Amino acid sequence: MNARTTRVLQCSAVLVAAGLVLTACGSSGGDSSSGQSKSPSFTGRGPITFAAAKDSSGVVQKVMDSWNAQHPKEKVTFVQLPADVNQQRQQMIQNAETKSDAYTVLWMDVVWTSEFAAHQWIDQLPADQFPLDKMLKPVVETGKYRGNLYAVPQSSDGGVLYYRTDLLKKAGISAAPTTWAEMKADCAKVKQLPEAKDLDCYAGQFQKYEGLTVNFAEAVNSAGGVITAASGKPDVDTPAAKKGLDFLVDSFKDGTIPKEAITYQEEEGRQAFQSGKLIFLRNWPYVYSLAEKSKVAGKFAVAPLPGLTGAGSSSLGGHNVALSSFAKNKATALDFMKFFTSEASAATFLKDASMAPPYGSLYDDAALVKQYPYLPVLKKSILGAVPRPRVVQYGDASSAIQQEAYAALNGDKSSAQALKDLQSELQKSAAQ
Amino acid sequence: MVDTDIPSGAAAGTPGGPVGRRSAPVKASKRAWATAASGRTAALLVSPTLLVLTVVVLYPTVMAFKESLYGTKGLDPKTGFISDTEPFVGLQNYADIFGEAGDRFWNAFWNTTFFTVVTVGLETLIGVSMALIMHKAFSGRALIRASILIPWAVPTAISGLLWRWIFNSDGIANALIGRQVLWTTEGFHAKVAVIIAEVWKTSPFIGLLVLAGLQVIPKEVYEAARLDGAGPLAQFWRITLPLVKPALLVAVLFRCLDALRMFDLPYLLIGAQKNSVETLSMLAQNEASNVRFGPAAAYAVLLFLYVFLIALGFVRLLGTDLVGDVGGPKAKRKNKLRRTAVSGGAEASA
Amino acid sequence: MTATVKWRTWLLYLGVASVVAYCLAPFYWMLVSSLRSTSDIFDTSLLPTSVSFENYRAVFSPSQGFGRALLNSLIVSGTTTVLALLLATFTAYAMARLNFRFKRLILTLIIATSMFPVVSIVVPLLKLFTDIGWINTYQAMIVPSMSFVLPLAVWNLTTFFKQMPDELEEAAMIDGCTRGQAFRKVIIPIAAPGIFTTAIIAFIAAWNEFLIALSMTNRPSIQTAPVAISKFTGATQFDVPFGSQMAAGVLVTVPLVIMVLIFQRRIVAGLTAGAAK
Repeated sequence: MNARTTRVLQCSAVLVAAGLVLTACGSSGGDSSSGQSKSPSFTGRGPITFAAAKDSSGVVQKVMDSWNAQHPKEKVTFVQLPADVNQQRQQMIQNAETKSDAYTVLWMDVVWTSEFAAHQWIDQLPADQFPLDKMLKPVVETGKYRGNLYAVPQSSDGGVLYYRTDLLKKAGISAAPTTWAEMKADCAKVKQLPEAKDLDCYAGQFQKYEGLTVNFAEAVNSAGGVITAASGKPDVDTPAAKKGLDFLVDSFKDGTIPKEAITYQEEEGRQAFQSGKLIFLRNWPYVYSLAEKSKVAGKFAVAPLPGLTGAGSSSLGGHNVALSSFAKNKATALDFMKFFTSEASAATFLKDASMAPPYGSLYDDAALVKQYPYLPVLKKSILGAVPRPRVVQYGDASSAIQQEAYAALNGDKSSAQALKDLQSELQKSAAQ
Repeated sequence: MVDTDIPSGAAAGTPGGPVGRRSAPVKASKRAWATAASGRTAALLVSPTLLVLTVVVLYPTVMAFKESLYGTKGLDPKTGFISDTEPFVGLQNYADIFGEAGDRFWNAFWNTTFFTVVTVGLETLIGVSMALIMHKAFSGRALIRASILIPWAVPTAISGLLWRWIFNSDGIANALIGRQVLWTTEGFHAKVAVIIAEVWKTSPFIGLLVLAGLQVIPKEVYEAARLDGAGPLAQFWRITLPLVKPALLVAVLFRCLDALRMFDLPYLLIGAQKNSVETLSMLAQNEASNVRFGPAAAYAVLLFLYVFLIALGFVRLLGTDLVGDVGGPKAKRKNKLRRTAVSGGAEASA
Repeated sequence: MTATVKWRTWLLYLGVASVVAYCLAPFYWMLVSSLRSTSDIFDTSLLPTSVSFENYRAVFSPSQGFGRALLNSLIVSGTTTVLALLLATFTAYAMARLNFRFKRLILTLIIATSMFPVVSIVVPLLKLFTDIGWINTYQAMIVPSMSFVLPLAVWNLTTFFKQMPDELEEAAMIDGCTRGQAFRKVIIPIAAPGIFTTAIIAFIAAWNEFLIALSMTNRPSIQTAPVAISKFTGATQFDVPFGSQMAAGVLVTVPLVIMVLIFQRRIVAGLTAGAAK
């Protein structure tokens, strides 16, 4: 009996050992394969895949179908990823870690470029083969890492200020505020109206998540500060940045921003604005068409974000497409990327799914402006936008920002202390 | 090999053969089962399970342990690329928890422990009451069984979303209690929200298992007790509880293991990187998502060890009920001897 | 005497009512939310102001592939449960009835394997399954699901088998049954409630598995229901389709519960009938 049982155990031990050998082989084999190819050759034609969040409007499939009709031998299939941004990124990283060729073209959030490029998960792209000069400049910048193009803009996004035209008009205000002080003054006037007594003034996204990074960056940039300097070094412990953060902190303290806004993501803010509880809201253009179907329909408009002394600057949202380093049929993939990011495709994306185009000319198209009245404001917002810090360890930078900004908004730390701590955190992560 | 007093004769008899058995007294037959034949049968019966678990878990676990000995890939400032290989750092990732990065680890450690103790405690109370009620209730049993299944059957991801809207600043929870608590902000209330949602979801697990344990208790036992004049409370303490103890302990054990790995619920309900609710699994996931696989694996291994210790405790607690060491302390000592002998042998052969 | 009995029945009903209320109240909220139209999805009224099935229509729109996903979930969790129960029954029998070495060690090992955070085993598993070409197959989801279902099943069944008095089997064997027959005809029927409960719990655990199912598949035709739900998107990136998520939640929960109720009648009845013979 001893012999038998031990044999079983030995069997499993052998299996474990075999597993170890397998992996040892796997990792040593992988190391040699990824060379320092500066200008990757785009060879191979055949079927490819496009990995992106599922698109409920069906427009992505529509554009892919028209590609497939023209290229029956180089068809692209849609690999649908979860709706959650973090899960999309996690799936892409897993795919890269296993060097799998399951994903060819990746639909990436604009803030991922540096990280993916530095890990060589995505290939450098030939900049001269894309009409980058027709695209808005800040948008193109999001696709670059160390001056080289790694991702091509597919759509953009910028923050805008939603405001209640009906209430402002009643209070005798004719134009949207351009500075924070004006906005606060307007609120004071509006709140004297009997029907607006209980309204709250302003909200953005202040829950501890990526949206807080966006809102913090906007506040700092709108006050003339920066998070990382042009050199890429963190430089957030400055008087200008403090003025930006103080706007948010003081607004929470004096009730300009309602205290529940600390729990707001995009949807909670939209809900509050739509149900008529807010006078001003910082949000993305997607709110427009939804709010048009709510009880504030026809009673609101959009304006560029306000700043400290003049117009503020938005953070950039949107998506780029990139080519997975581990993919097959890269020649086809490159052609598909050109097709997918063309001006014609961008127009389709805008018309069918209200995705903000990277191409400047589309914002001036009369028919489109009629369909989406916010386009001129959005163009201004994107042109004046500052990308979020473009660092390799973006995840760490963003969590440090969320950590410190949240502490300041909550009143756990003074804004000066928060910025000081943030500066040292960012330096630490940059040094890694 | 040191051991085994194989009772001669028993080894020769065919197991289960009617001939040799009939005359054998019960005691002897029990010991007879621990024979070469039964060892062979046991190996045959147990090995498929072990095989599956080896492939699916042991292999990745060993991989994760190996990964935990490596550091984060460095960035080459000249090329701007992350290097291909991870530096070998030995136990550095483990040592780090006593250093600077340790605060976050220990915070997560205490959160994990707190959640486990509180949720499993509450779940046991609620689950056992549910089981007792269900066991007693004859009318409406189908309804109550169906409804008790529902919280457990709702996918965690969905229940996380559901509770997030319930605990929204304008949600139904605040509407019901009539004041505005910002549940998803940092603070003790965030813990409370997680505990409420978790206990709701998993009490049925304990309830169902304890109910099954109650159902296999023969009715005669209660009748005998009633004849002896035991009241309901005495019956519960002296009969019900001891008899369902194994089922209850197994249920509690698995709840503990699960609670120690709690991830989805606080992540979805309160959010990532909130100090008040960050658990060890969340921390490991967070490190992995920032492409620091080494530290992530180290946290996972530490969590594993923590869970393992607790499981060992349960195995000791359950030992006699579950493993059924025959023959009391003597056999136990023999077991120990065997174990040392075998581990020695394994080393020699390795 | 009768007064106390009455009082006790009354108390029991109160207990039943409170258990049902406790379990169903949050689920009721899910149901109500799923029946609201998109424009009043954030209401906190206890009844939907107007009942709308638009969320259910959205879930079953052909592009979601939700019907197929439900079928996939059924295949994956069904197979997992049957396989796990089969293997676990053998193992648990050995644990409860046979006397052999390393028992404690093996039991501990079995449980230890179920303790590793899934997050940490996904990448090695993905590598392994990519190498052997298991991506987009059912077995790539079934086999890993066994890792957490099996230990649970082994431990549960061991306790239930252990509770059965040895004498029952011995009596059957004296009557001429082999050990296997004695087990099948005597022990299994009596342990039926335990086995069945274990099956339910195993099935639901497999049914709700998400991370592995997500990582091992990239084709809609093979994805399970939780994966399909995770892919629900609103009209834009920020727009959370809360209504359809809640509708999908109702749709994955209710059939499960109905199925369990039906099975409960059939299986338990069948097993008990077998015992009577």
